[in-house]
Amino acid sequence: MKHSATTSSIAHRPLALINARLIDPAALSEIAGGVLVVDGLIREAGAAVVLANLPAHAQIIDCGGDCVAPGLIDMRAFIGEPGAEHRETIATATLAAAAGGVTTILARPDTNPPVDEPAVVDFLLRRARDTGRVRVLPSAALTAGLKGTEIAEIGLLQQAGAVAFSDGARSICSARVFRRVMQYARDFDALVMHYPEDPDLAAEGVMNEGEFATRLGLAGIPREAEAIMLDRDIRLVNLTGVRYHAALVTTALSLDIVAKAKADGLPVTCATSINHLTLNENDIGDYRTFLKLAPPLRGEDERRALVAGLVSGVIDVIVSDHDPQDVETKRLPFAEAEVGAIGLETMLAAGLRLVHQGEIPLPRLIAAMTIRPADILRLPQGRLTAGAPADLIRFDPDEPFVVDPAKLHSRCKNTPFDEARMEGKVKLTLVAGDVVYEAE
Amino acid sequence: MSSPPNPPLFPHRHLLGIEGLSAQDITSLLDLAEAAVEVSRQIEKKRLTLRGRTLINLFFETSTRTQSSFELAGKRLGADVMNMSVATSSVKKGETLLDTAMTLNAMHPDIIVVRHSQAGAVHLLAKKVDCSVVNAGDGAHEHPTQALLDALTIRRNKGKIEGLTVAICGDILHSRVARSNILLLSALGARVHIVGPSTLLPPGIERLGVKVFRDMRPGLEGADIVMMLRLQRERMQGGYIPSAKEYFRFFGLDEAKLKHAKPDALVMHPGPINRGVEIDSNVADGSSSLIREQVEMGVAMRIAVLEALAQHLPNG
Repeated sequence: MKHSATTSSIAHRPLALINARLIDPAALSEIAGGVLVVDGLIREAGAAVVLANLPAHAQIIDCGGDCVAPGLIDMRAFIGEPGAEHRETIATATLAAAAGGVTTILARPDTNPPVDEPAVVDFLLRRARDTGRVRVLPSAALTAGLKGTEIAEIGLLQQAGAVAFSDGARSICSARVFRRVMQYARDFDALVMHYPEDPDLAAEGVMNEGEFATRLGLAGIPREAEAIMLDRDIRLVNLTGVRYHAALVTTALSLDIVAKAKADGLPVTCATSINHLTLNENDIGDYRTFLKLAPPLRGEDERRALVAGLVSGVIDVIVSDHDPQDVETKRLPFAEAEVGAIGLETMLAAGLRLVHQGEIPLPRLIAAMTIRPADILRLPQGRLTAGAPADLIRFDPDEPFVVDPAKLHSRCKNTPFDEARMEGKVKLTLVAGDVVYEAE
Repeated sequence: MSSPPNPPLFPHRHLLGIEGLSAQDITSLLDLAEAAVEVSRQIEKKRLTLRGRTLINLFFETSTRTQSSFELAGKRLGADVMNMSVATSSVKKGETLLDTAMTLNAMHPDIIVVRHSQAGAVHLLAKKVDCSVVNAGDGAHEHPTQALLDALTIRRNKGKIEGLTVAICGDILHSRVARSNILLLSALGARVHIVGPSTLLPPGIERLGVKVFRDMRPGLEGADIVMMLRLQRERMQGGYIPSAKEYFRFFGLDEAKLKHAKPDALVMHPGPINRGVEIDSNVADGSSSLIREQVEMGVAMRIAVLEALAQHLPNG
C-alpha cells in the first residue's frame, strides 16, 4: 500500500487532528479531543491532544468539531482483480474506499483466477502495493477452485499473506467437505468465512420470498435457505472448533442461531451488509435491478431485527458487500440481472442514516466498521489506541448531499442509493498517517 | 497325552492384533526374533520347525513386502507355502469371505496369514477355521507383525523401548500400522506422540494414551524415534489434505523438521515410501534411517511369530 502522499512531508512530521469529536469504538464512547500521529502511528488520542500540548513542528489540522474515527475496515468487497478489471480495479476500488472513509479492504477471493494458490495472493499484494490507495488484504479460497469439493492450500496461502478464507459468494454444500475444511483450517488457526445460503433451497429465487415477490411475479428465496445452512455450519463449528465468521446474515432466524452459538461460547461471529440494514424489499419497487442482491433484501421486520442485532452485539460487523456490476449485466429483466451493488463509498453515509433516525448510537455503528472487524481479522488498526496504525477519518456526520452516481469513484455505478439524500461526508482519510483522500 | 515340560512362550493360538497381548507376550516374541535374525544372516537359513506344515498366505489386498516376508519366513522354517492372491481366487467370482475360509479349511492348512481391506475380517475368519491365523493387516484396524518388527528394530538400535519417545506422524486415520504401534509401544512403556493434520487424525485418538500434535515441531520435540506413515496416493488430492505440495511443506519429514527431534533420533517408515510427500530423500536414505533394517527385521519377526504359533499346532 503506497501512494503519492508517502513522499510528502506529512509522513515525516508529526500530525495532529485537533478540535475533534473523537469516536472511540473500543469504549463505545465519544469525547472532545484530538489525535496525535507520529511516524504513521497514533501516538496519543484523547482530550489531552490540544494545541497547547503539541510538538512544536507538528502539522495541525483543526477539525472544527467534525468527527474523527478510525478508518473503516470492510470485510467483504469485490475489487475486480484479477480477471474482472472491466468492473473494478484495485486503483478504482481503493479510490472509492478512500473517498468513503474505508482504509482497509478484505478482498473477496472469487476472482478469475480465484485466489486459491499462493502466487495469486502474491500478485494481489504486489498490485495493492503498487496501485492501491488504502490497505488491501487478500482473503483466499477455502476449497480448490472454489468448487466446494477439495481443501485449498490453506497453509501455503496463509504463509503467502491471506488473512482469512472464504469461497466468496459460494456456499460449501457438502457437510463432509466443509467439516474437513474446518478441521484443516483450525490446525492453522485460520478464520473461516462462509456465505450461508442453501443453493438447493434458494433454487431459482431472485428476491425475498413473500407477498412482494408474489405481487411482482418473481420467484422467492425463503429465509430458511440462510438459516438451514447457518445452523449446519454452527454444528460443524461445534464439532471442529474452527474460528467461523458468517459473511452475511440477513434474517431474524439467523440472528437467533448466532446468538445461541455465542451464548454457547463458540468462536462464531457474523456480519450483515449496509444494504440489508438500510433498505428493504419494497425498495426494489419497479424491478430496480440495482437492488437485486445476494442474499436478497428482506422485509422491514427483518431489517429492524438486524438493526436490533447490531445494537445488541449479536451482529459484529457491517460490510459494504461492494460488488461492481457493469450496466450490461444490470440492464436486464430482474430475474436475469446480476446480483450486487457497489457500496465502499456510501457505506458510512448510509450507516449514518441509522444514527440520524435514532436507531443506533454513532460509536456502535463505527465499532461494527472498525474495531470489530479488526479484532476478528487480528489487525492492529481500527482503533484509537496509542501505537495503532494511524488509519483515521474525519467526517461531518450532518453535511447533506445527494448521491450522484457519476461522481462516485468506482468503475461501476450500480449504487442502490442512486439519487438518495444522505447526511455525512468524509472530509479526510489517512492511512498510516498519510493523506489518501481529502474532500474539495 | 502329557503336557509339555514348559508352558508355551506365547499363550495364544492366533495372532490377530497387539490388542490382548501382554508385555510378556510381546517381549517373548521379540526375544525369539533376535535368534531368527542370526539364522537369516547365515548361509544355511533353513530350520525344520514347520516341516510338513502348510502355510497359506491369503491376501485380499495386494502386498509386496508383507507377503514375501511371510513367504520367506515360512520357507525358512521348512513349511510348504501357498500364496493365494485375490486376483486369481474365487473371491473374484463372488465367493464370500467365509466360504473362502471354509474351502481353505477343508485343505487342512496349519497356519493362514490373512490380509483384508475390512477391519475385523481376519477375526471373523479366525472363528471359522481350525488352524492358526495371523493378521497381516485388516483395514485400518491392526497390523501386529509390523508393530512387532518396528519394536524389534527399535530395541536393537536403542537397547530398550521403555522410556523412549516415539513420534508417529502422518495419516493416522487410515493406518493400521499406527494403531498396532500405539498399542505395542504403550504396552512396553514408551511415550507415543501422534502428529498429523486434524483431517488425518481419528476422533478420540487421545483416549488411547497418546499425546496429539497438529504441528511437526512440537510433535517431534524430544523424540527418540520418528516413525513416518505412508500417505496413500488417492488421499493426497483435496479430500483430507489440499495437495502433496502443502503436505510435504507442513508434514513431510525433512532435515529441518528432524532437527526438532533428539540429536540421535532414528527415522522409520513401514514402506513403501513416497519420496517428497511424507519423507524427503535425504532423510529416507540418510544415516538416521532404519527403513532398510525394518525390512530385514520383518522376516525375522515373522519367523518368530510362526515359531511361536507352531507350539500350539496339533502334535506340535
